[in-house]
Amino acid sequence: MTLATFFFYLFSIAMIASAVMVISARNPVHSVLFLILAFFNAAGLFLLTGAEFLAMILVVVYVGAVAVLFLFVVMMLDVDFTQLKQGFLQYLPVGALVGLIVLVELVAVVGAWTVAPEAALATPTPGHLSNTAALGMVLYTQYVYLFEAAGFVLLVAMIGAIVLTLHHRPNVRRQNIAAQNARTRASAIENKKVPSRAGV
Amino acid sequence: MDLLIALLLIVVKSLALLVVGLVLIAYYILLDRKVWAAVQLRRGPNVVGPWGVLQSFADMFKFLFKEPIIPDGANKGVFLIAPFLTATLALAAWAVIPVNDGWAVANLNVGILYIFAISSLGVYGIIMGGWASNSKYPFLAALRSAAQMVSYEVSIGFVIITVLLCAGSLNLNDIVRAQDTRWGLLGWYWLPLFPMFVIFFVSALAETNRPPFDLVEAESELVAGFMVEYSASQYLLFMLGEYVAIVTMCSLITVLFFGGWLPPVNVAPFTLVPGVVWFVLKVTWFFFLFAMVKAFVPRYRYDQLMRLGWKVFLPLSLTAVVVVAGVLEFLGKVAQ
Repeated sequence: MTLATFFFYLFSIAMIASAVMVISARNPVHSVLFLILAFFNAAGLFLLTGAEFLAMILVVVYVGAVAVLFLFVVMMLDVDFTQLKQGFLQYLPVGALVGLIVLVELVAVVGAWTVAPEAALATPTPGHLSNTAALGMVLYTQYVYLFEAAGFVLLVAMIGAIVLTLHHRPNVRRQNIAAQNARTRASAIENKKVPSRAGV
Repeated sequence: MDLLIALLLIVVKSLALLVVGLVLIAYYILLDRKVWAAVQLRRGPNVVGPWGVLQSFADMFKFLFKEPIIPDGANKGVFLIAPFLTATLALAAWAVIPVNDGWAVANLNVGILYIFAISSLGVYGIIMGGWASNSKYPFLAALRSAAQMVSYEVSIGFVIITVLLCAGSLNLNDIVRAQDTRWGLLGWYWLPLFPMFVIFFVSALAETNRPPFDLVEAESELVAGFMVEYSASQYLLFMLGEYVAIVTMCSLITVLFFGGWLPPVNVAPFTLVPGVVWFVLKVTWFFFLFAMVKAFVPRYRYDQLMRLGWKVFLPLSLTAVVVVAGVLEFLGKVAQ
């Protein structure tokens, strides 16, 4: 058994175990923490296949940003999760169906290697380039429209989220930063000569 | 057999880096307190050893021999994992930092992304510690820190991209080599990318929860923030993680903007000094700046902190990415 195989099994077992814990943990915060562990192991698996850029981006985006906000929300939620879990089993058929579809699709993808090897063969990474450089070469040339489209979808999602949650409350006092910064000593401070026993 | 030797070499290298690094950190903590004291016209720690040079070690032993207290309602597992996570992740970032030409434990091709990924994980220690303490102030501090660190990571990312555009590599070693010109000090990236350097420095302060952005542990509002319920060695690990992260940020500034191990002037007496000395000197200088900022800048208000991150730094750094890329393309100096 080579070192790579050892690490493959280490990451896979840890990932599957933490994925199981995500749905079986009692405490929702523990669930999210296990989800993060699963992401982390997935990044390890990416590293083993040589997709170093993808592995790092997975950690930066999913573990470092998305999961943090997710954890944030779960911690703030004031829901009785034991009560929520009562009807857990009634979702089993739907869950099983989704699982089955994913399984069939995975088999189809992996099976393509044996059914039609030439169709499933990915373009190999050029030997003289590192993984990240090779990605950069095609991402902004060959796939630039798809890349832009993905960016546009994210932009629309972002604006949508802002529009849905933003509501101006008229009675809130806000600080006008520009006005604040424009204040000078002359406009802010007034010296007064206070005569004794007379007050201002 | 070769594999075994390679593994052994990595272990030896990591241990050497850890030991030297941690001793250095002990003295950086002392420096931090001495600078702070000097600004306030105090003497600072001066009892343990001559000029207080052994103060950090005395503190360490004190923390280690105290009794760790776990609050009654705390989520025990998460409560104990959090400080370990903070310290381990902070130390893990050092693996790719080149202290001299090729002197890194792991010379990764995606070194800068690795550091970025690891430092973005630092927030988990704080969130987990704050939540698991089962207490108001730590929880509020955890929420604050999560928002703060996620916000400033964005502008740090864009600043790093401008440096990457100039250097044409994600390898920290190559980034330093790209700054090796005959102009020495003036060829380093701090000069052409000066605004980015300022943004990076300020964001690094925010990312490591240093004053003036230490709202996570603002005493007057949150007691000691997420560390309220921690004591003894767990507290020590949190403190250690915090200072290690600061030194990592200082070395990152050194590597990205101040030419890593390169001498400031390319003439004889300077080039004879080993690169690692230059590296440590530069890191110490930036740590000194961090300490000075802590000493004389008042704490930000939380909404101003968010405004600075999202409304000032984000647009500025995003524009800078476009401008730097455009200028490089115009001059035909895009790295292939």
